[in-house]
Amino acid sequence: MLLCADRKRCNTNSMRQQYLAGMASATPIVMGYLPIGFAYGVLAKGAGLTTWETGLMSLMVYAGSSQFIAVGLLAINAPFLTIILTTFLVNLRHLLMCASLAPFFKDVKSPYLAVLAYGVTDETFAVASAHYAKHAAHPAFQLGLNLTSYTAWFTASVLGATAGSLLPESARFILDFALPAMYIALLVIQLGNRSAYLAAIVGGVASVFLSRSLPGNWNIIIATLVAASVGVWSEKWMKN
Amino acid sequence: MDEKLILLFAGMGLVTYLPRMLPMVVLSKIKMPELVLRWLRYVPPAVLAALLVPELLLKQGQWHFSFENHYLLAAVPTFAVAFWARNLLLPVAAGMAAVVFFRLLV
Repeated sequence: MLLCADRKRCNTNSMRQQYLAGMASATPIVMGYLPIGFAYGVLAKGAGLTTWETGLMSLMVYAGSSQFIAVGLLAINAPFLTIILTTFLVNLRHLLMCASLAPFFKDVKSPYLAVLAYGVTDETFAVASAHYAKHAAHPAFQLGLNLTSYTAWFTASVLGATAGSLLPESARFILDFALPAMYIALLVIQLGNRSAYLAAIVGGVASVFLSRSLPGNWNIIIATLVAASVGVWSEKWMKN
Repeated sequence: MDEKLILLFAGMGLVTYLPRMLPMVVLSKIKMPELVLRWLRYVPPAVLAALLVPELLLKQGQWHFSFENHYLLAAVPTFAVAFWARNLLLPVAAGMAAVVFFRLLV
């Protein structure tokens, strides 16, 4: 079984080495996923999900911020269509990440690429891009990186769902802030230019006002569509 | 296990997986319009702010401006650390520490 067309690049020995290197590169991701996945598990349990459901969402969706959001929406009984639409909008950014990774894997067969794509997150993308800037890209490296991160995320969410119920109410209140705190951290990372600042301000202001007049969670979707459009439009006149 | 939830996860999984898989597999052949790519770049900051601001300013749909709003108070040091560190872990840790601090103090 060959992952890629080049027999030398994809023999068993180099595959194993690359896989292990990928696993090692996942170390900072594992350290980051453990507390955040744990917090997700706690929140999911608080929103009424069972431990299995909590773990299953991590396995089937595997996208941190959207899972936090989904749990928040489930807690307020949002319609499933709203949750799926929001998930789509939140995770659409992976499109750009996978687009930028694609050229590294030109020689890799499509079925394998379809598997590798499943494990692309903000974090694995960041680590992989940094690695491929210096070393030749390798599908086995990506697989080691992805699978290690995936395992950490799943494990942490199940641990959170299991041990979370042992925590007192005050600790819950503190852990619940992991969600807005994570939004803040991810938001600041996204603020690359002035148009991005403007998009964030428009999105935040529009969302908070719309939420007081619109049913469900349409405030998030509409605010996002408006704010992203304002961001692009502002590139014309804003000095970025 | 609630069967309807599995349906939800499958839907979420599908709409998450397709934007990951499609560009990886077919992008070398199809090219998206420049404008769409640039628009997509503003989705993450827009959606994160849209989620965050109501979380900080509202309580059960009503404005919540008071020293009782510990999340809003804790957001200030969280933002400060996020701008300084620009990673995921430190701001989250600082934010939770700030919540403890304000809860004990205010």
